[in-house]
Amino acid sequence: MSSPALEVTRLRKSFGGLPVTQDVSFSVMPGERRLILGPNGAGKTTLFNLITGDLRADSGSIKLFGTEMIQMGVHQRTHLSLARTYQIITLFNKDTLLQNVVLSLMGLSPTRWNAFSKLMSYQHFEQEALRVLTLVGLDRAAHRPVSDVAYGDKRMLEIAMAMAQKPKLLLLDEPLAGLSKEERVRVSGLVASIPRETTVVMIEHDMDTALELAEKLLVLHYGKVIVDGDRDDVVHDERTKEVYLGS
Amino acid sequence: MNSRQKMALGLVLLACLILPWTAGEFYVNLVSQILIAALFASSLNLLVGYAGLTSLGHAAFLGFAAYVSAWLYLKMGWTHEEIAPVALGATLLLACVFGWISLRATGLGFLMLTLALSQVLWGVAYRWVSVTDGDNGLRGLTRPAPFGLDLEDPMIFYYFALVVCLIALFLMVRFVQSPFGAAVRGTRDQARRMSALGYDVWTIRWLVYVYAAFWAAVAGLLYIYYHKYIHPTSLSLTSSAEGLLAVIAGGSGTLIGPIVGAAIVVLLKNYVSAYVERWNMLLGFVFVFIVIFMPEGLVPGIRRWWGKLKGGRA
Repeated sequence: MSSPALEVTRLRKSFGGLPVTQDVSFSVMPGERRLILGPNGAGKTTLFNLITGDLRADSGSIKLFGTEMIQMGVHQRTHLSLARTYQIITLFNKDTLLQNVVLSLMGLSPTRWNAFSKLMSYQHFEQEALRVLTLVGLDRAAHRPVSDVAYGDKRMLEIAMAMAQKPKLLLLDEPLAGLSKEERVRVSGLVASIPRETTVVMIEHDMDTALELAEKLLVLHYGKVIVDGDRDDVVHDERTKEVYLGS
Repeated sequence: MNSRQKMALGLVLLACLILPWTAGEFYVNLVSQILIAALFASSLNLLVGYAGLTSLGHAAFLGFAAYVSAWLYLKMGWTHEEIAPVALGATLLLACVFGWISLRATGLGFLMLTLALSQVLWGVAYRWVSVTDGDNGLRGLTRPAPFGLDLEDPMIFYYFALVVCLIALFLMVRFVQSPFGAAVRGTRDQARRMSALGYDVWTIRWLVYVYAAFWAAVAGLLYIYYHKYIHPTSLSLTSSAEGLLAVIAGGSGTLIGPIVGAAIVVLLKNYVSAYVERWNMLLGFVFVFIVIFMPEGLVPGIRRWWGKLKGGRA
């Protein structure tokens, strides 16, 4: 049996005296689609931030394909093939969509340290960026500034930037938030098309769409894991209904 | 760069080349000072405009390089050829340490740390009289004669400063247009995202800090060659603020802006002060005017107005 793509063990984090992540343990197998559920304030995004290194854990262990990451910085974890999107879109608004993807591609390349050659001379980055944008249907807007495109396209671009790095583990933080019905169909189609080589862990409040995408669920409540298992089991679990689905 | 920009650049270069043949010594010296100030402002612009790190202590590097150069020449009897690489190396080392300390913070914290560190250096320059001659400053230097060119001649000094500035600006432009330059701008706009994309934001900022300090040190060498004198005010808050003023007034994050800003500051300081006693007040008014009517700076502001004008005509 292969080792988990992501293995979180007894993870703890407190803000002052307030515990926000309490002994969280779970594992995600390679290729799995995992949905993290929980009411507002359950600690879902905090958990993502702990996994990516945006927040430092007080204690515990986070392993990516068996490699301990707990002491690593954000960029070091990215180089272990971890990518993420943000709940609040964070893109380079003045740059074009193409430049955004090029920046993403360069992030894992030693070229990023080159201070003497012109960026324009690296044609292969642009070609690859255009290929990625074509895959997500944004090639028509490749040369437009990010600030000029629709919100849904920005969401698509965020995912495209993450996918451009060909990550082994992708964390999607509410990828459908704030989208119209049509945009949701486009973005969920894109998420569904992510190849199985990439393990996906997702936070999403749009239950209907998210449950279609996920095979396993993890329910957080007040920073604790209360249910963890297969989709149908978790959805029908009384504790899930009590804290999240109501009734 | 389009053909019109190339033509404009060619005309500016041509004007720079023929200036000493058409203008008197006073103006040649004035433009030499503008070149030094422009190099200093451009180096600060790498930090302020491209990395988003506003420093109030950048003159520390100009002053330190100048002091090291003057001290080794006057007190140790070294030659200018021996001194230049040592002064640049010493300033780089200082920048490595100052950068490591200053970049513990960003924003206002970074601003205050750069100010504090430069003020420490200023205090040392004032009080360590046995080394720096304190308030008297170090005087009695000569200009070097690289490749047999006697820089004591104002015209030759001007051309020397022009060549150094052009090389520096070319390398700075290359820096900005490089993959690393794109990463630097990324850390300015979305530092958190850059980390998530695999960029080591702290190291990128530190390298920019050191690189900017290197060009400030080069400006410091030109400064000491030109003035043949160094005083603690050269690394004071006032000097750093003048550089920052030049960058903001001209337009930070543009290549031409800091040069234009430096020209305004030097002209007001040297030229207008001959006619107007309170030239500092005038400098203040000019700055306020620019901030109100062209908050993005003179060069981008004029570009915007010109665009509006053309749009209105069309």
